[in-house]
Amino acid sequence: MGGNFAWVMIGCALIGAGASAVGVFSFLRKQALVGDAVAHALLPGVVLAFMFTGEKDIWFLFPGAFVAGWLGLLSIDLISKNSKIKPDTAIAIVLTVFFAIGIVLLTHVQQSNYGNQSGLEAFLFGKAAAMLPADITLFVTVDIALILLIVLTYRYLKLYSFDPDFAKAIGLPVKLIQFILSSLTVLAVASGIQAVGVVLMAALIITPAAAARFFTGRLSHMIILAMVIGIISSLIGVYISSLAVSMPTGPWIVMVLSIIAIMAFVFAPRKGMLQRSRKRKTHQVKIRRENLLKLFYSLEEKKQKQFYTRPQLLRSRRFRGRELELLLNRLLKKGLLQKQENRYGLTEKGRSEATRVVRLHRLWELYLNERMNIAPDHVHHDAEAIEHIITPELERELLKDLGYPELDPHHSEIPGIKGMQR
Amino acid sequence: MNDFWIILEGSLVAVSCGLLGVYLILRKMAMVGDAISHAVLPGIVIAYLVAQSRSSFFTLLGAALFGLLTTFMIEVFSKKARIQSDASIGITFTWLFAIGVILVSAFSGNVDLDQECVLYGDIAYVPFDTLYIGSTDLGPAPVWLQAINLIAVLILLRVGHRGFLITSFDPAFSSGLGIKTDTWHYVLMGAVSFTVVLSFNAVGAILVVAFLVVPPATAYLISKQVETMMAYTVLFGILSAIGGFYLATWWNSSISGAMAVAAGILFVLVFAAKKVFMRQQKKTTANAFDGKLEFRDGVLVD
Amino acid sequence: MIAFEAHNLTVSYDKQPVLWDIDFEIPEGKLVGIIGPNGSGKTTLLKAAMGILEADSGYVKVFEKNPDKVRERLGYVPQRQSVDWDFPATVMDITMMGRYRKGRLFGRLSKTDKEIAVDSLKRVGMYDYRNRQISELSGGQQQRVFIARSLAQQADVYLMDEPFVGIDAASEESILNILQEMRSSGKTVIMVHHDLHTALEFFDWVILLNTRLVAAGPKEEVLTEENLRTAYGGKLNVLSRIADLIKSKEYPIREKDMKE
Repeated sequence: MGGNFAWVMIGCALIGAGASAVGVFSFLRKQALVGDAVAHALLPGVVLAFMFTGEKDIWFLFPGAFVAGWLGLLSIDLISKNSKIKPDTAIAIVLTVFFAIGIVLLTHVQQSNYGNQSGLEAFLFGKAAAMLPADITLFVTVDIALILLIVLTYRYLKLYSFDPDFAKAIGLPVKLIQFILSSLTVLAVASGIQAVGVVLMAALIITPAAAARFFTGRLSHMIILAMVIGIISSLIGVYISSLAVSMPTGPWIVMVLSIIAIMAFVFAPRKGMLQRSRKRKTHQVKIRRENLLKLFYSLEEKKQKQFYTRPQLLRSRRFRGRELELLLNRLLKKGLLQKQENRYGLTEKGRSEATRVVRLHRLWELYLNERMNIAPDHVHHDAEAIEHIITPELERELLKDLGYPELDPHHSEIPGIKGMQR
Repeated sequence: MNDFWIILEGSLVAVSCGLLGVYLILRKMAMVGDAISHAVLPGIVIAYLVAQSRSSFFTLLGAALFGLLTTFMIEVFSKKARIQSDASIGITFTWLFAIGVILVSAFSGNVDLDQECVLYGDIAYVPFDTLYIGSTDLGPAPVWLQAINLIAVLILLRVGHRGFLITSFDPAFSSGLGIKTDTWHYVLMGAVSFTVVLSFNAVGAILVVAFLVVPPATAYLISKQVETMMAYTVLFGILSAIGGFYLATWWNSSISGAMAVAAGILFVLVFAAKKVFMRQQKKTTANAFDGKLEFRDGVLVD
Repeated sequence: MIAFEAHNLTVSYDKQPVLWDIDFEIPEGKLVGIIGPNGSGKTTLLKAAMGILEADSGYVKVFEKNPDKVRERLGYVPQRQSVDWDFPATVMDITMMGRYRKGRLFGRLSKTDKEIAVDSLKRVGMYDYRNRQISELSGGQQQRVFIARSLAQQADVYLMDEPFVGIDAASEESILNILQEMRSSGKTVIMVHHDLHTALEFFDWVILLNTRLVAAGPKEEVLTEENLRTAYGGKLNVLSRIADLIKSKEYPIREKDMKE
């Protein structure tokens, strides 16, 4: 392989980069599946170009692909704007019918005597290893042109992608921007016909953008991240498929892409599923701990004693399994509770924390009662949940809003108000 | 005789896919149908590897479950991972289809499939896959299977007519009546998965979508009621099968591909005819009223 | 008798509470309007009442029973734009849907069903259009078909979502007449209404909503300057901040959400 292989890798990397970058815009406009239709629509263009020129040279096939792709786009538009057929159906129609035309042409060519027609099937699933230096040059040129175009028109594309109505309102040439975006899509998709093939090209448009979205909301970052993902997947995919002669490239690139994407969905900071479930668990733990502290506080209020045994605690509130033990141990470790023989009680630190939660509970009850017209006997449940989420900042707002109240709707004292600075 | 079996197989596929496709497009789920037909591929390949045969019922059932799995996966992506719906669909099916193609390539020795067949099937082979009971030749097995499936689909659509109708038109109102819209959704998706898997041999993964979508879409253009839409779908499906077969014979090419192209041609014809017809209508009514017409919401007001 | 009751109803949409602790009772035979600014949870209230959305806490009762047990007494008219009017169906097809029921989706519809549908169409003045495809109707006509469908349900309590939006004067008058006819025969109609000004005219009772209940009762008592200022004076600041926090921190806001 040697030198040619390196060249192939560079070419595929660039293809991955270009398609992923364009894909971000499709993703934002929720037109990801249009990219899929365009990709499938390329096939008849490729085969027809071959039939007319007798050449398998990519410099002839690519324009054919480009024209067919544009026709596909126009057809989707035409169908959905001129009939009651909905956009998703129009996309599916164009996808399948154009592709079917391509298959008919392809099979005809295969069964006839066109000469050097073998190898056209490579455009179905991609065969990077079959790329000649001349081919790679074309794709490199196309993708560089693509990226340049994005850079040049970036501001307009950005505005239009996030808020098309606003863009129209301030007088941007919306039709031109749409034309540019469409051309970019067709170019990007067409550039992948040899490396990835038409069937799976859509993945390079959709998946990197979706994965990148999980890490950032800023357009420039999203594009760069998508490009990185696209490049890595293309490189690894090409490499793996080169290890076995019969393996097409496209599926392997998509495999790597999908795995990266799924890892992003699970592990991404903030938006990843793992993080979100961890956040939820943290909150649940926090809620349980604060509730236990509150229990001690209210027992103290009622019974005037500081220390309680485990059975006494179990009698006052339902706990599941070993929940109580675990909580008690945790709170002991944190210095919020203290132990005397087999009894537990609040420390100073614990009491001030419990006071805080009780205060928030009663403040929120008052807020519900006074600002939201909710009856006093309905506010407890709500406050049970919300007391744990009120931040110190919000607490200050509540206090101001309610005027530093001293009594809650049940006429219990709201602890800690008396000594507060106004 | 072989010709007859092929056309019959094509018609059966077109009709069973098309009838289910009526509800797919009414529910704006055409691309989910596309996703399912791609995503069943790994299931089919695994089924072949396990059963070493093309038409074992249980292995096909397993593959069809893959189709249902697809809908679940799409939901997990869109609801749990909170990804937008078009991306959820795209990511799911490209991934599953890629797995399928890799499996096909890897096991191409053991399995009677190749990469392209996967795309457009091998309907020409159908007449030779004969079903024997004892020593009686009953005709091709796939045709029998398709026929049985079609009957099942017809029964499902007949019995569930009102349920599918109301859950397609107005899911909120249906829920209000206490109808379990989710169940109807999964039943439909299950039927689509099963039909797609069954049709795989004949028309492959991508062309089956053509049958799911194009004849019903053509019918949609000219139907006032769902019942009519279904009747037209049957008509257009059969016409596509017949027309496609002769197109492929005349211009040496993939039969299933040609059938899909025929469906497309029918679509274009009906589309164009409707445009012309509507333009004529506007002209004549304008003439009748001397151009004094009043429209509200784009609809003529009496 | 109390036709409809909401008790401590809290409902979230997209992980954020949109309705907070809603409490009210509606006696039978009243025309009730649910009024409030945009995003105040009006449609959510209807959907939670119909069981289309699940409440985080609290409940709704229809004639003092769980709505699931008395579905036949609940009629529903969703927002007109929630449906695709290109759907291939005739006016009669849609109206007949009011005769479908959870347990009666299979088997034949009887002659009585057809008669009820015909009667409903006549009451809304759409009988002549019965074979028209619904895409050929104007907005007002479509709305009347929706109402005919709910009339065919032969319910006692009707929940309607903004039936007066974007319709012509003739349809508006026709719908008002039907509503008054329904009220005279003892039906209860609770509707989300988009326009404060006509509310005073149309309704007996008003529910003023802005995420929380501002007021509920006879219109003269509810539509006071103070109440209106409270309802339309913008969202409660602290409340919105809490709602945002709940969403951003993926907060479980009810004990029931907390699993092991």
